[in-house]
Amino acid sequence: MTAITDAAAPARPKDAPKPNYLNVSYGLKSWLLTVDHKRIGILYLFGVTFFFAVGGIFAALMRLELSTPGPWLVESDTYNRLFSMHGIIMTFFFLIPSIPATLGNFLLPIMVGAKDLAFPKINLLSWYIYMIGGLFTTASIALGGVDTGWTFYTPYSSTYANSNVMLAALGVFISGFASILTGLNFMVTVHKMRAPGMTWFRLPLFVWAHYATSIIMLLGTPVVAITILLVAVERTLGVGIFDPKLGGDPVLFQHLFWFYSHPAVYIMLLPGMGIMSEIISCFSRKPIFGYKFIAFSSMAIAIVGFIVWGHHMFTSSQSVYAGVAFSFLTMFVAVPSAIKVFNWVATMFRGSVEFSAPMIYALLYIGLFLVGGLTGVFLGTLGLDLHVHDTYFVVAHFHFVMVGATLMAFLGGLHFWWPKITGRMYPQRTARFAAGLIFVGFFLAFMPQFVLGYLGMPRRYHIYPEEFQFLHVLSTAGASILGAGYIIPVVYFATSLRFSPRAVANPWGAAGFEWEIQSPPTQFNFDKTPVMDHEPYNYESELPAPDQRQGIITMSEADLV
Amino acid sequence: MSSAIGTDDVGGVEDEHDHHHPQLAHHFEDLDQQRDTLTLGMWAFLVQEIMFFGGLIAAFLIYRGRYTDAFDTAANHLPIFWGATNTVVLIGSSLTMALAVKAGQLGKKGAILTWMSATGILGFVFLGIKTVEYTDKFSHGIIPGKYFLRGGAHGAYADLLPFVDQAHMFYIFYYMMTGMHALHMVIGAGLMVWVFVEVFQDKVTKDKHAIVENFGLYWHFVDIVWIFLFPFLYLLGR
Repeated sequence: MTAITDAAAPARPKDAPKPNYLNVSYGLKSWLLTVDHKRIGILYLFGVTFFFAVGGIFAALMRLELSTPGPWLVESDTYNRLFSMHGIIMTFFFLIPSIPATLGNFLLPIMVGAKDLAFPKINLLSWYIYMIGGLFTTASIALGGVDTGWTFYTPYSSTYANSNVMLAALGVFISGFASILTGLNFMVTVHKMRAPGMTWFRLPLFVWAHYATSIIMLLGTPVVAITILLVAVERTLGVGIFDPKLGGDPVLFQHLFWFYSHPAVYIMLLPGMGIMSEIISCFSRKPIFGYKFIAFSSMAIAIVGFIVWGHHMFTSSQSVYAGVAFSFLTMFVAVPSAIKVFNWVATMFRGSVEFSAPMIYALLYIGLFLVGGLTGVFLGTLGLDLHVHDTYFVVAHFHFVMVGATLMAFLGGLHFWWPKITGRMYPQRTARFAAGLIFVGFFLAFMPQFVLGYLGMPRRYHIYPEEFQFLHVLSTAGASILGAGYIIPVVYFATSLRFSPRAVANPWGAAGFEWEIQSPPTQFNFDKTPVMDHEPYNYESELPAPDQRQGIITMSEADLV
Repeated sequence: MSSAIGTDDVGGVEDEHDHHHPQLAHHFEDLDQQRDTLTLGMWAFLVQEIMFFGGLIAAFLIYRGRYTDAFDTAANHLPIFWGATNTVVLIGSSLTMALAVKAGQLGKKGAILTWMSATGILGFVFLGIKTVEYTDKFSHGIIPGKYFLRGGAHGAYADLLPFVDQAHMFYIFYYMMTGMHALHMVIGAGLMVWVFVEVFQDKVTKDKHAIVENFGLYWHFVDIVWIFLFPFLYLLGR
């Protein structure tokens, strides 16, 4: 590892933090008009956390309602609005921007050795676009919500629409441009802003993952934008672009929608996979196993992800030959995904694995991703999909990959880079306890849904036969634990800003440009342009130097928990 | 700012924030990197635009394949003369834009402003002709929505009545595709004003002309979209 700067002095007086991006200027204006990628990342963090909470409230109401077979809390129409708003908020305003816009924004320029993203003002613009989009969708909630399901399928969203579809769709349309601009910024930054010596194959795998993500953002999002525009034209003018009565084809909407929305799943997944590679290599004290395989598997997922959308329409009167092709291609995505998992496991093999909080999250990620990924292979099978299509099996599957895995990675990444972002440590034991609680809660919430789906419980219903109640109550209990689990990190992260010890530059003994600069970084990240003069992930198998293991838990400590 | 600033004071790797080229943004190392970055950014943006128009064109072609007779009949009502004229006008504007970019690379302020003005005028000629076409269609009841071919006098458009829904769909796509294209032209006109001001204030020099080049890329892209729209809408089925 290259030399660490002198910032690594844990004995610094508490009241005298070094000049950094947080204390360089104060006041609301200095934040709302900032072009600093680090501050914009934090602005996004507030945004996504807010929408996660909103989406979580909808989820809580749904799970409460589902604890009895009959309606008791809400009416059917309200329930339709609950699951629709939950899906819309969580997908478009939490999951898609979650990792790239926060951690990606903060870290990508530092990781490539740049002072900022290629287009700092466009970066700020993207946050405002995202918030305006969120405002429209929030307004649609205030006016009563949407009942189309998050997919806005026609004719629910056109001929038979009876809720604020246009407002919510407009919000999604607008926030799509935030996604496009973020993707554009990342892509250009990786191409043009790399420091001397930072060749493509020395880039951290986090950057590779975000590069692949940015390709999807750039190529996929415009298609859903034009699709929403077509629905808007259909709605406002009363014409039949997707209305069969007037010669339109509702399945065409599904094709256009999923052309974006399936790759969008990889917008949610790939950045998390990038985080995984960073954490696992660091806490195994080993160079990542199969660097190029992981890098190219990100690209493979991004590219192949564009030609699998038809698996959402196995039952939607799609040609059976198209179904066979889409089925095969869907299976194929499992290959690069499995390559990643095997490489992470191989990285841990014979490594000095340390169970610091980020690593706990990373390990639990593998568990959730494995279940979610493998059940995806079930669903990619034509025959089985006919049986479980639109059941809780699907619901459980995509929650495992998109929520279980992505949120674990997001939280793991936050725990990993929190000392860098805020300059503070956090209570390790509580963090590890929270990780365990989230895992248990998640498993309990969604594992029963696989069974429910297999037994025939359709999604989007809130009245169900009594024999399903036991599994539904299990799921609701799990969701409650999950909710409690998510609150814990919010609390200790918030209090850490005041009460936790200041972080040294490199509390984990981790490799990468971001750990060679002070915590928190200065306004322009680097005092002088860094030079990458070694291979990435140059970990050695022993514990790092004493000034670089502030957050590391040695074996004897780990035994206590 | 003066256009006479040389490039020799642009620092290398160790350049600090307090002394570098006044036209170099804080996060770039040198002007070359800045220009390359801006250009790649524009290309990436245009790729995004291709997907945007691509989705629309794909939907159009799918319905065109399904309702060939109706779409052919409807397409035959588009004035091929004006469409062809507009194609020539736009290609002409691409030529003047290319000349403006060339002038930008040479740092010739007067030439940039002249050629960009010519480009702008041709752009407005295009939009003017488009307005004439739209007005003619509207006056014959080719109005998207519930007034489509309603009322008495269809005149020459009576042959659309047997398949009015499909013909309606053709015209929805016609208005959407040409409308989106026209919107990009209008945005282009707005951007042109901005570039014009930058050039006028001597912010474009031999060293820093990416703004003209990138505007040129955008303008050519909008032209190329029309090169696809013209045959798809006006010529197919003739």
